[in-house]
Amino acid sequence: MKPTNASPTENLNINNIEEFLAHARAMEREAADQYAELAEQMEVHNNREVAELFARLSAIEGKHVDKIVEKAANRDLPHLAPWDFKWQGDGAPESAAAMEAHYMMTPHHALTMALDAEQRAADFYRRVADETDDPQVKTMSLEMAAEEVEHIAWLKDWLKKYPEPDVGWDDDLDPPMLQE
Amino acid sequence: MSMDTVCKPELVARDYKSDIKPVWCPGCGDYSVLSSITKALAELQLPPEDVAVISGIGCSSRIPAYVDCYGFHGVHGRSLPLATGLKVARPDLTVLVASGDGDGFSIGGNHFMHAARRNVDLTYIVMDNRVYGMTKGQPSPTTEPDWDSALAPGGTGISPFRPLVIALAAGANFIARGFAGDPNGTAKLITEAIRHPGFSFVELLSPCITFRPDQKNWKTQVHDAVVDPTDDMGRAARRLMTDDGFNTGVLFTGERAPYQPPVGQATATVSDLEERFAL
Repeated sequence: MKPTNASPTENLNINNIEEFLAHARAMEREAADQYAELAEQMEVHNNREVAELFARLSAIEGKHVDKIVEKAANRDLPHLAPWDFKWQGDGAPESAAAMEAHYMMTPHHALTMALDAEQRAADFYRRVADETDDPQVKTMSLEMAAEEVEHIAWLKDWLKKYPEPDVGWDDDLDPPMLQE
Repeated sequence: MSMDTVCKPELVARDYKSDIKPVWCPGCGDYSVLSSITKALAELQLPPEDVAVISGIGCSSRIPAYVDCYGFHGVHGRSLPLATGLKVARPDLTVLVASGDGDGFSIGGNHFMHAARRNVDLTYIVMDNRVYGMTKGQPSPTTEPDWDSALAPGGTGISPFRPLVIALAAGANFIARGFAGDPNGTAKLITEAIRHPGFSFVELLSPCITFRPDQKNWKTQVHDAVVDPTDDMGRAARRLMTDDGFNTGVLFTGERAPYQPPVGQATATVSDLEERFAL
């Protein structure tokens, strides 16, 4: 098994536009859902600043979903079981590595997590473009990779505002206990 | 790859999620397990009203609240008797049982063996993080003997419980292990477990990052089992003798017929029963 959210290593072999859009839609939707879930988790743990940040990232990914849905209009996209996507063994490439989350995480950690996710998404689209035989898939995949690269640059700028916190940022002498 | 361009699913994973926000720690593997369960239910297109999720006590046992199906958050270690009663009375329902290593293997350990022996058609999902998380980090039955912690300095020195060995010996009809960090692979295991008749046991390694931060390394330790599932108990047992605890996939698929007593007419009303217990 590959590490969580690692880039896929198998041949992607996506050779028609419907299958490509099914992958893109699922990837963006899972990313939006994952950020929304992380926002809720941070809200529950009263980490409001990071909750707002994740909510914002979720909204951004939601717009990507809308774009893909628009591109897919009038096309019959195939149904793929969760385990039939090309990102076997992992979550979708653009989903934040939620198991790296921490209730005391800072905006620095959240943005670093998002940056990694965007990088995986860009890599995924580039690899699809490299390995496909379909010119339409190649063109659209390169467009999407370029968009992800823009997001990476934007996230890097955003991250400059939040330097890495000192060691011990997660020290807590009384860690949480669920409320029954 | 299987693609169906004709039959589009009507229910999607989010249709099975309730509006209640989970209160697990961020980073907990149980979020991923919840997602895998809802993906499996969506893949099977099971109407939510035909599904019941039963649990005991512990972090993992909160799952019934977070799914939009029928659910029962029961008492500690007693999820399997509840689920067994429900399934034999309502065989039309798909019954999932959610538990953890403390709830399922300690106080509920005896029920685990007998549920496997009875082979009622249940899917038993145990989120194993090798620690009691809800009560702040005590060693559980599956904790490594040398796990050093403030509550067990130097470790317990006690050999851990081996859930797959017990499941096989007791007669479970489907046995698998997955990892929460592989949500889609886990969804597949749960789907197969639900489809398989009889008692299906799925152990899911689900890290507790708060009390076992060392489990963040699990993602580099888990690996696909290099063998196919077997229906031969002897072969499955031999494989378990060399199991490192991190093999994932389906180990065993038995062919024993599930136990399902005939569902007849009730011979007494609830009031009749209450009268018999009146002092």
